Amino acid sequence: MHGKRSRFLTIMLVLGMAFFYVPMVLLVVYSFNYSKIVPVWGGWSLRWYEVLFQSEEVWMAVSLSLKIAFVNATFATMLGTLAGLAMVRFGRFRGRTLFGGMLVAPLVMPEVITGLSLLVFFISMKQLVGWPEQRGFATITIAHITFSLAYVAVTIQARLTGMGEDLEEAAADLGAKPFKVLTAITIPRLTPALISGWLLAFTLSLDDLVIASFVTGPGANTLPILIFSRIRLGLRPDINALATIMILVIATCVAIAAILMFRQQRADLKDQQLAERGES
Amino acid sequence: MTETGTVSETPWLDQDGQQPLVQIKGVTKKYGEVTAVDNVDLDIYQGELFCLLGGSGCGKSTLLRMLAGFEDLNGGSITIDGVDMQGVPAYDRPTNMMFQSYALFPHMSVEQNIAFGLQQDKMARSEISNRVHDILTLVELQDFKKRKPQQLSGGQRQRVALARALVKEPRLLLLDEPLAALDKKLRKQTQFELANIQEKVGVTFIVVTHDQEEAMTLSTRMAVMDAGKFKQIGTPTEIYEFPESRFVADFIGSANVFEGRVTEDGADHVRVKTNVAEVFIDHGQSVKVGSKIWVALRPEKIRITKTDEPASGPNQVSGVVDDIGYLGEMSIYKIELPNGQIVDITSPNSSRPMNRQHRITWGNKVNIAWEPSSVMLLTA
Repeated sequence: MHGKRSRFLTIMLVLGMAFFYVPMVLLVVYSFNYSKIVPVWGGWSLRWYEVLFQSEEVWMAVSLSLKIAFVNATFATMLGTLAGLAMVRFGRFRGRTLFGGMLVAPLVMPEVITGLSLLVFFISMKQLVGWPEQRGFATITIAHITFSLAYVAVTIQARLTGMGEDLEEAAADLGAKPFKVLTAITIPRLTPALISGWLLAFTLSLDDLVIASFVTGPGANTLPILIFSRIRLGLRPDINALATIMILVIATCVAIAAILMFRQQRADLKDQQLAERGES
Repeated sequence: MTETGTVSETPWLDQDGQQPLVQIKGVTKKYGEVTAVDNVDLDIYQGELFCLLGGSGCGKSTLLRMLAGFEDLNGGSITIDGVDMQGVPAYDRPTNMMFQSYALFPHMSVEQNIAFGLQQDKMARSEISNRVHDILTLVELQDFKKRKPQQLSGGQRQRVALARALVKEPRLLLLDEPLAALDKKLRKQTQFELANIQEKVGVTFIVVTHDQEEAMTLSTRMAVMDAGKFKQIGTPTEIYEFPESRFVADFIGSANVFEGRVTEDGADHVRVKTNVAEVFIDHGQSVKVGSKIWVALRPEKIRITKTDEPASGPNQVSGVVDDIGYLGEMSIYKIELPNGQIVDITSPNSSRPMNRQHRITWGNKVNIAWEPSSVMLLTA
């Protein structure tokens, strides 16, 4: 019975993994296809990578996307951290429940609604105060900050709640004024959450197509917008090449993160051994 | 460190007109409907090691946190060293606290943890390193100064926490369950160590604990707390030998309690009629004849003899051995009295039993007796 059972599990595993990865493998393989028509195999070639590297439009989109993602992640982390601190460390204040609810609302709001409302907002702003004159980098960044902030706030809130207040009270007790407590104790303790919050905001921004499409303007194409607009005219091998590069970059990042985590675990284990030896 | 040669053993008695270091007056703390600390008054003098003893939720930790400045008062006042602490933030108070969780900063080494408080005072670098060195010597952790807290054992962490709180030489050190996280054997060693360190540095300690043995060993004076109020304040001996209420008698150690009525109230003696016997007490106590009262006896202050052996004294009752717990160094006897009440008696096994047989065993008829001076009269 046991053999049968495990064969069943193996088949399910293979099917599951295939479901995840066959599309990506196909994408990667077709990026090396000489033929101009994607599903027709014309032999191995790096032709589309060459096309890609010569396309100024693609590089502009990459650079715009990275710029937006970077600025967004930085601001969202700062604002989200402040919001998280207010929720967890300020005790009970008037409107706390309302504030908490409004803080996480963007998480459940459909993206089209967020995008549409922001577009309406930017257009009214232009009429009222004459800004933003043209939609592009600034409007997309602001739009991204509004929703990534919520994710960061949730991450920080969870971490702060888990940390407890003992360390901060201890620092205050030892004579540290509130700002010193924040910089010497709270922020260093929050560092892992700050990094993951920043990365999360960065990824969300890099990934976003819907909201960016609403609030972008002429000539401001982020990478997802560019890819999507090109695909609408039919599958294109140079886009496959671009996607392959992105997969490679992401895989590298994940691998580095895994190695760092593994090292941290080993260091923790060593600490524990040191502590136990001291017990005797 | 402060010179301690002249500090009195009983600073609360030999006040010499000195102000108490800590004056707690009518302090109240409410959390919504719940009153955590209920209108308490307490004076603590320089050099004391004062224990706040009570069960969980009795308000002892809340009181400590109010002294440290982490909780606001809903009423009353706290004065430390003559200064009203109203509106003084935790970072400006002349107190330091040792947390139950130790609250060591995990991203700093032992040395950095201890130096943190001194750095806040903008102290010179050389002075900081001298002080850190001295305190590390005191708690015997010099070899571990470069380690991170998570690389230390429980006992070492406890000592780092103590050193960090002491290094600023506070007027008052607040310790929240300082030994609770240690295992039993280490705890017993550390109790004495802690008291020794307190004597050496001469800082006034207020210790919160739920462990009565810890409170008895450590304290010069202690307060038994229940439901936000002090039940009794006194030295460990006063609390144990002269409890004022059934709660205190039962909370500290154990006690056999009999309800009765006062039949005679002389200048040098009291007689109480209880449902098991008439009890004679050879010291005067201001009680009203005919009033309801409780007579309490500590298990170790009752003698036990077989009925066929001669016994003497005014206070005697007969009973039957219902159960025996043999603990090695002593035995616990549960004696059933004629009215069905069970009395606990502990008796040291000061000699080896003959023929491996104990003198008193299950079902034996026995007499129990106690000294007239050992009886505790409780009015509440």
